[in-house]
Amino acid sequence: MNAPTKGSHGDALKWVGRAIRRLEDPALVTGQGHFTADLAATHWVRFVRSPNAAGTIGNIKAPDGALVITAADLKAVKKITPMLHKFEYKAVGQPILAEDVVRFVGEAVAAVVASSEEEAEDIADLVELNIDASMPLVDSRDALANGAPQIHIEAPGNVIVKGTVKTPGFDGVWASAAKVVKIDARSHRQNATPMEARAAHAAYDRTNGRVTLTCTTQMPHLMRTAIADLLGMRESDLRVIAPDVGGGFGQKMSLCSEYVLLVWLARKLKSTVAWTEDRRENLIASFHSRDQYVTLEGAFDKDAKLLALRADVVSNVGAYSCFPTTCGVEPLMAMAEMPGPYDVRHYQCLARGVLTNTCTMAAYRGVSRPIITFTIERLMDKAAKAFALDPVDIRRRNLIDKFPYTSATGLVYDEATYKETLDMAVHEIGVPAFRARQKEARARGRYLGIGFATFSERTGYGSPAFAARGMAITPGWETVHVSVDPSGYVEARIGSSPHGQGLRTTLAQIIADELGIPPDLIKVIHGDTDTAPYGWGTFASRSLVISGGATLIAARKVRAKLVKIASHMLEAAENDIVLEGGHAKVAGTDRTVSIASMAREIYTQAHRFKGELEPGLNESGTYDPPGTFSNACHVAIVDLDPDTGFVKVERYLVAEDAGRIINPMIADGQVHGGVAQGIGNALLEEIVYDGDGGILTANLADYMPPTAHEMPNIELHHIETPSTQSITKAKGLGEGGTIGAPAAVLNAINDALTPFNVEIDIIPATPQRIRAVLREAEQAKKKIA
Amino acid sequence: MTEKTALTLSINGHAHAINVEARRTLADAIREDCGQTGTHIGCEHGICGACTVIVNGEPVRSCLMFAVQAEGKKIRTVEGLADGDTLHVMQQAFMDHHGLQCGFCTPGFLMLAVGVLEREPNISDDDLLDVLSSNLCRCTGYQNIIKAVRAAAEQMRGK
Repeated sequence: MNAPTKGSHGDALKWVGRAIRRLEDPALVTGQGHFTADLAATHWVRFVRSPNAAGTIGNIKAPDGALVITAADLKAVKKITPMLHKFEYKAVGQPILAEDVVRFVGEAVAAVVASSEEEAEDIADLVELNIDASMPLVDSRDALANGAPQIHIEAPGNVIVKGTVKTPGFDGVWASAAKVVKIDARSHRQNATPMEARAAHAAYDRTNGRVTLTCTTQMPHLMRTAIADLLGMRESDLRVIAPDVGGGFGQKMSLCSEYVLLVWLARKLKSTVAWTEDRRENLIASFHSRDQYVTLEGAFDKDAKLLALRADVVSNVGAYSCFPTTCGVEPLMAMAEMPGPYDVRHYQCLARGVLTNTCTMAAYRGVSRPIITFTIERLMDKAAKAFALDPVDIRRRNLIDKFPYTSATGLVYDEATYKETLDMAVHEIGVPAFRARQKEARARGRYLGIGFATFSERTGYGSPAFAARGMAITPGWETVHVSVDPSGYVEARIGSSPHGQGLRTTLAQIIADELGIPPDLIKVIHGDTDTAPYGWGTFASRSLVISGGATLIAARKVRAKLVKIASHMLEAAENDIVLEGGHAKVAGTDRTVSIASMAREIYTQAHRFKGELEPGLNESGTYDPPGTFSNACHVAIVDLDPDTGFVKVERYLVAEDAGRIINPMIADGQVHGGVAQGIGNALLEEIVYDGDGGILTANLADYMPPTAHEMPNIELHHIETPSTQSITKAKGLGEGGTIGAPAAVLNAINDALTPFNVEIDIIPATPQRIRAVLREAEQAKKKIA
Repeated sequence: MTEKTALTLSINGHAHAINVEARRTLADAIREDCGQTGTHIGCEHGICGACTVIVNGEPVRSCLMFAVQAEGKKIRTVEGLADGDTLHVMQQAFMDHHGLQCGFCTPGFLMLAVGVLEREPNISDDDLLDVLSSNLCRCTGYQNIIKAVRAAAEQMRGK
């Protein structure tokens, strides 16, 4: 699959669809990547962070002679105040450094500036924070209780966002149900944990007063817009660069108050200022996610057809609202997409975002869908049990199979393969053989389980989808500039900001097919607001669909112009020109001209085109699609040890459909990585707060991302249903792995637990939690005995 | 604690004369004092392995070693793996098998795998998996890293 590829000289091979090696890799495997923390600086910052989850800030005492910045220095800086114009959203402001009160452990209260990182750390240790601590609210249910302290005065009852939906006629349909099945699901708090923690470097240029902020972000342009706005500076005075970024997974799409301070400091000191977050800071003070309680009930008719769903979502959003999505990102996503891939016409939901004294919640790969998929897929297995049906059978009865399908919440699902991927997965995993093996294993005291997860993954959605949420900042579209320079080399400048997704390669493949040149002659440039067109960055499984679409539009324009140039130079009709192998040819003749010669001509001999063609070879494409749905069926087989609660994922299979695949190697890699995070979410990863709001998981041995040991080999099977909602026919697939895995693993665990007559609906399902439900059952049994 | 010690670090065969505090980690010295930024720092707790380098033939986490402890020892980093323009088989295998995405953990994995395979070329698949589970990657799900390392191991044995 990874055979070296040749240029498309004379062959009809397309670049799209081929597993070519990544153009990103040579620099990264030789240590020549450029990451933010590689930059040297004159000044270094260390943040002094609150040890208390709630309290009033008293005196802050700094050592003599030290430069220590506090909120008192930042009166002229606006607070980060994300806005949503819907869903009873209450706008709350986050000061760049805590002002008067602290709201979570890890909140930055002061910033020490020194000439080295070590010195800044030494001084930070000597800064005395006097905080009059008060009782914090850690659990969202406590924050909702009557009489709970109010975390922001703007949000009475600590409810910052509230979405409700109820379809007409819901009550009547609910009353008609043959059976109602219920699940109380709990997802504990997680951290996206990119291997590169946050880092920023702000350099002041004395010649023009500009600041260049290099930072590890997924959204460089929006960082510029937001920071310039908060500091009251011209956007053109700020350049933001996202160099190589060591993973993001959503954590790096939100605005960090720390980056704002760095720019402010660079301007104040007229110097170069840097900050590199340490891992403990990342785990306690970078963005968290997934802390939710979801109660879901399904009303079924006598044939186990789902009639209606009723959901209650309580999302712990932490102490502030994240910019730009706002903290509505989790509860509102849960509300909009709860029905998933199932045909259900009636739906009621109450979704609330609740403020607590914990680290701010933001997007993390999958955003809510890992949780709602786990919830509804557990509900389906419970319903299967209630109706004495096979889990696969109940899914077949309820999956959407007619397209386009408009959901109860008004989402339009394009062509997908929910049933086909389920059938494919069932066939490939070999269910009857597994059941026989499971039976035989149980007889020997070993407990195996199988779990299915079918789901939809909404991807590549443009501005209308974000506007529907009422976001004051409405992302969605992307612009790409494709140019051919006078030497014939191609550059694509893109507004997306890839950080591991391989977009430099896949976009080059798309351009290569249009222009008839190999991808390694195409350079994709991103992540610098001075050189890339305005765009929204890389998140939400959008870049290949949206930036890819914009790339295709721009490349087609370049192609059209090349054909015109060739038509002039070769004195042939445009219809007779073909582009291949780096040349334009007149079909059926040996007349040919290279792209390099044409480019040279249109720049340096523009007069020859007699005003019929504009000089230069630069075209722009913008794309703002409606959005599409990828889909998949995941299957996990687990081996559960009832004595220790330990779960080993023995086998993992994915049957997925992400439309046309541009580079199968890269697509598979996205699924592998997504599933690994999903398995981590299902079994291992949890940010644990104690009752005082302190974090007990502040290193990577306590917060446990999976290692190679915990990962099964992932078997992948593909169906390619070209999307009608995406001009490249590709759908996004960055999040699917993470969305499906917790559901599949939890269903497998519960299948393994069947002989014990217990269930577990908590992620992560740690050995302790599994032992707890088993112990309860053992004790109940003893009591009866 | 600002008293500095003069010492010389040998990195990829080049001598770097530096002045560092006794508390300076080898990782920081390699990156900041010697300018070899290909070695990355992911946790500074010795858990993630992003900073793995080879010291006297052994893969070590350079965040858990002081620079002063490395004096007189042969340090190898990712910058020294390739032979001019010819990539090490391990680097090539990571590219061929898509063993990297964001690339931040990659130098650590390369040095870990190369260090272990040079010491123990006939390591079993199970033991190799044990070794690879000592570093963290958040992007790849490890499958392609394992594939790459196994492919490179075969080539290294064939040499």
